[in-house]
Amino acid sequence: MTFLSYLIIGISLGSIYAIIALGYTMVYGIAKMLNFAHGDIIMVGAYICFYAISSFQLPTPVGVVLAMAVCTMLGILIERLAYKPLRQAPSLAVLITAIGVSYLLQNSALLLWSSTPKVFPSKLRDTGVKLFDGQLNISYITIITIVTCLIIMVALTLFTGNTKMGKAMRACSEDKGAAQLMGINVDTTISITFAIGSALAAIAGVLMCSAYPTLSPTTGSLPGIKAFTAAVFGGIGSIPGALLGGLLLGVIETFAKAYISTQMSDAVVFAVLIVVLLFKPAGLLGKQIREKV
Amino acid sequence: MAKIRRLSKTNRRQLLTYGVVILAYIIIQIMGGAGMLSSSLKGMLVPICAYVVMALSLNLTVGVLGELSLGHAGFMSVGAFTGVTASIVLQNVIPFAPLRLAVAMVVGAIFAAAAGFLIGIPVLRLNGDYLAIVTLAFGEIIKSIFNNMYLGFDSHGFQFSMITDNTRLEDGGRLVIGGPMGVGSIQKISTFTAGFVLILVTLFVIFNLVHSRSGRAIMAVRDNRIAAESVGINVTKYKMMAFVTSAALAGAAGTLFAMNYSTFTANKFDFNTSILVLVFVVLGGLGNMLGSIVAAAALTILPEALRQFADYRMLVYAIVLILVMLATNNPTIQSYTARIFGKKHKKGGAA
Amino acid sequence: MSKPVREPVKLVPVPSTNIIPERDVDKSPILECRHLGIDFGGLSAVKDFNMAIGRTEIAGLIGPNGAGKTTVFNLLTKVYQPTRGSILLDGRETGKMTTAQVNRAGIARTFQNIRLFDNLSVEDNVKLGLHNHINYGMWSGIFRLPKYWKEEKASHDRAMELLSIFDMENLAKTKAGSLPYGAQRRLEIVRALATNPSLLLLDEPAAGMNPSETAELMDNIVKIRDTFQIAILLIEHDMNLVMGICEGIGVLNFGQVIAKGTPDEIKNNPVVIEAYLGKKGAN
Repeated sequence: MTFLSYLIIGISLGSIYAIIALGYTMVYGIAKMLNFAHGDIIMVGAYICFYAISSFQLPTPVGVVLAMAVCTMLGILIERLAYKPLRQAPSLAVLITAIGVSYLLQNSALLLWSSTPKVFPSKLRDTGVKLFDGQLNISYITIITIVTCLIIMVALTLFTGNTKMGKAMRACSEDKGAAQLMGINVDTTISITFAIGSALAAIAGVLMCSAYPTLSPTTGSLPGIKAFTAAVFGGIGSIPGALLGGLLLGVIETFAKAYISTQMSDAVVFAVLIVVLLFKPAGLLGKQIREKV
Repeated sequence: MAKIRRLSKTNRRQLLTYGVVILAYIIIQIMGGAGMLSSSLKGMLVPICAYVVMALSLNLTVGVLGELSLGHAGFMSVGAFTGVTASIVLQNVIPFAPLRLAVAMVVGAIFAAAAGFLIGIPVLRLNGDYLAIVTLAFGEIIKSIFNNMYLGFDSHGFQFSMITDNTRLEDGGRLVIGGPMGVGSIQKISTFTAGFVLILVTLFVIFNLVHSRSGRAIMAVRDNRIAAESVGINVTKYKMMAFVTSAALAGAAGTLFAMNYSTFTANKFDFNTSILVLVFVVLGGLGNMLGSIVAAAALTILPEALRQFADYRMLVYAIVLILVMLATNNPTIQSYTARIFGKKHKKGGAA
Repeated sequence: MSKPVREPVKLVPVPSTNIIPERDVDKSPILECRHLGIDFGGLSAVKDFNMAIGRTEIAGLIGPNGAGKTTVFNLLTKVYQPTRGSILLDGRETGKMTTAQVNRAGIARTFQNIRLFDNLSVEDNVKLGLHNHINYGMWSGIFRLPKYWKEEKASHDRAMELLSIFDMENLAKTKAGSLPYGAQRRLEIVRALATNPSLLLLDEPAAGMNPSETAELMDNIVKIRDTFQIAILLIEHDMNLVMGICEGIGVLNFGQVIAKGTPDEIKNNPVVIEAYLGKKGAN
């Protein structure tokens, strides 16, 4: 029973990683950049929702929507100001700029909201479903997290597969120049990609802080790195890959914490990543691009 | 003077770099002697030297070899822990501090090189972003390992355990690495002079390596891996050469850095440190050693200089970083600076 | 520098037909491909490729676009491992060799889309071709031991000597990436020659050249063969060049050899004409 309990917690944690990883993978697919500031957008989303709920006494769903709105605008703003001018620049330059944006977000949060950790309020954390005569407790937040992740995945797959904007996004990630020649507005497409990624980050932030209540300016950093790892694990640029990578990462981390050691769980997770990449150098679902000679 | 003009451009560049370092050392020593240095600046001298060496060594991997490494602080960590351990163990054997420091740095470098070799085997097979993420992973693994390591010694030799302290040392024994508590009671034997010497050694190794047959091969791998193979170059060998050399130098820097403090933990050498050094390298220019030195020194001093901004200083740092990256990659500004400085700045060569 | 330019050997004419001659030391081909093939997924890019190239022969490989010519080069240099067949270099099976090992065994190449070391100087590019013939290691380089100075001087001299084939000595310090297109192509050839091969593979060496440059290139290729006494296999679309200097020609279409022979035999071969111009053109 404890195994099943850990498995469910792992899937829930993995769902959070998957949602964050989606943002990384979509942005990488279209802009070929690793947005290191993504983890910090999660943090911003969590803070916005926190203040909406605790200071302004707004109902939780409103808080979530507000967080999504703010993060979406923030994501588009960052893309326009910091990343768009560097589209022709070497990828290392964009990486460093993303790091700068990350520092900017963390330190702004530090100034605005201080470094004292906040406790994210959530009634859903402590109540839940009891199965198997009370042997298996699943909190409501766990269920909501997993369901949310599934909904997002389905919605996103339908979006990229069937809508005009979705096709535009796929076109831009294959070949920006050709997409432009076909009349696709590349700037708008990229902005929308960042917008979706940021909105997802907000959702992830709220879900994460509902389950793991401490919130501080650096809260987004480690999950960001882990989700980035999950995206690469599953094959960077692949949406199903982000889901698979995120879920696997969450499950492996939870089991490592439970059965090996809490302190070494991170090491175990990263070690698994390395082993997988040795056998599948482009990630689990990634495509090996053969260089043309 | 005429003799200098007759030297090739690369040799003049090297001479300039050595000159700047030596001049800076002399000036700072004079200022220190005359009491013109604030205590905060004096305290930063050794860390600056360590960060300079870190930046130079990372430039070898990122600028000369052309591979992004996001776990460079891991090698600093290996060097720190092994070097400090060696220093503590040899405390009574080599009472003369500068010699003990030198031995410790060599030990740190050797262990870091070994770590580089072991990590290089899986890492260097990958390419681009995947290589980067695996270096990041290894950096975190190293941090995790040292955070959970217990190493002590007593009359029976070394006692080692992981996760929990099972070293069971006898009285008179000493716990060197204490898990998450790190290393404590360190005799602070690092000096600015030692740092200066390490920088010179690093420059010597890197310049001479780059301007030799092996360096050419490494740069060939960077510029066109397939063409390099087609002229008979063993790509894996030279990737490894650059990676291990870079790791060794970082290890020595880690030892120097650690012995400037009475205690330190593995968390000091984390992903943030790796990113910090990467910023030095990119801002200074890939392959540009003098640039790395200036960037590392300037950006380490900058937060101190921004002290007047108090709480806002890291924010200003972040904004400055973003603005500098936008400026240096703006095509208008690039052509402007090219016109001022004559020839376009050589991208990716090695100076 | 250890290996001097080879002594000129007596030129022995070697037929370039499907028949692989008896192994006779003087007449044995430098390269033999037997039933060479590679599949990419379901597609056979190269099928049952047979070819023998004489020790000092200038051979040509022609065919329409997409026929698989560069794929053959990639197979010879082990950029792809063949799925079928074997490659014998100077009688030795190249088996599971890597690209670097194949180069050390004696095959050098140029690329269809130029692959120079753009950020390095012209001279450094040539010195990289000389890499395996310069004898000092990493430590000698770092500590600047006497071997370093001796070998670097020798390699500099040798690089200049090689650059003089195309009168490029004055460009020695120029960055390779900033050279004009024609010079880049010539530099690639010099770099390949620097590796001291017994077989030189040239992939469309005359691409983008005007007739007078092409004529000069033709003379240079023959001069290279005569000076270095090596075999040259080239892929080309320029028929004047191919018919002008190739002693044997193989024609490839859809991954298979459709004709082999001397320039005269190929020129009038109806199968070849049909491959290039279609059925109507053959009539």
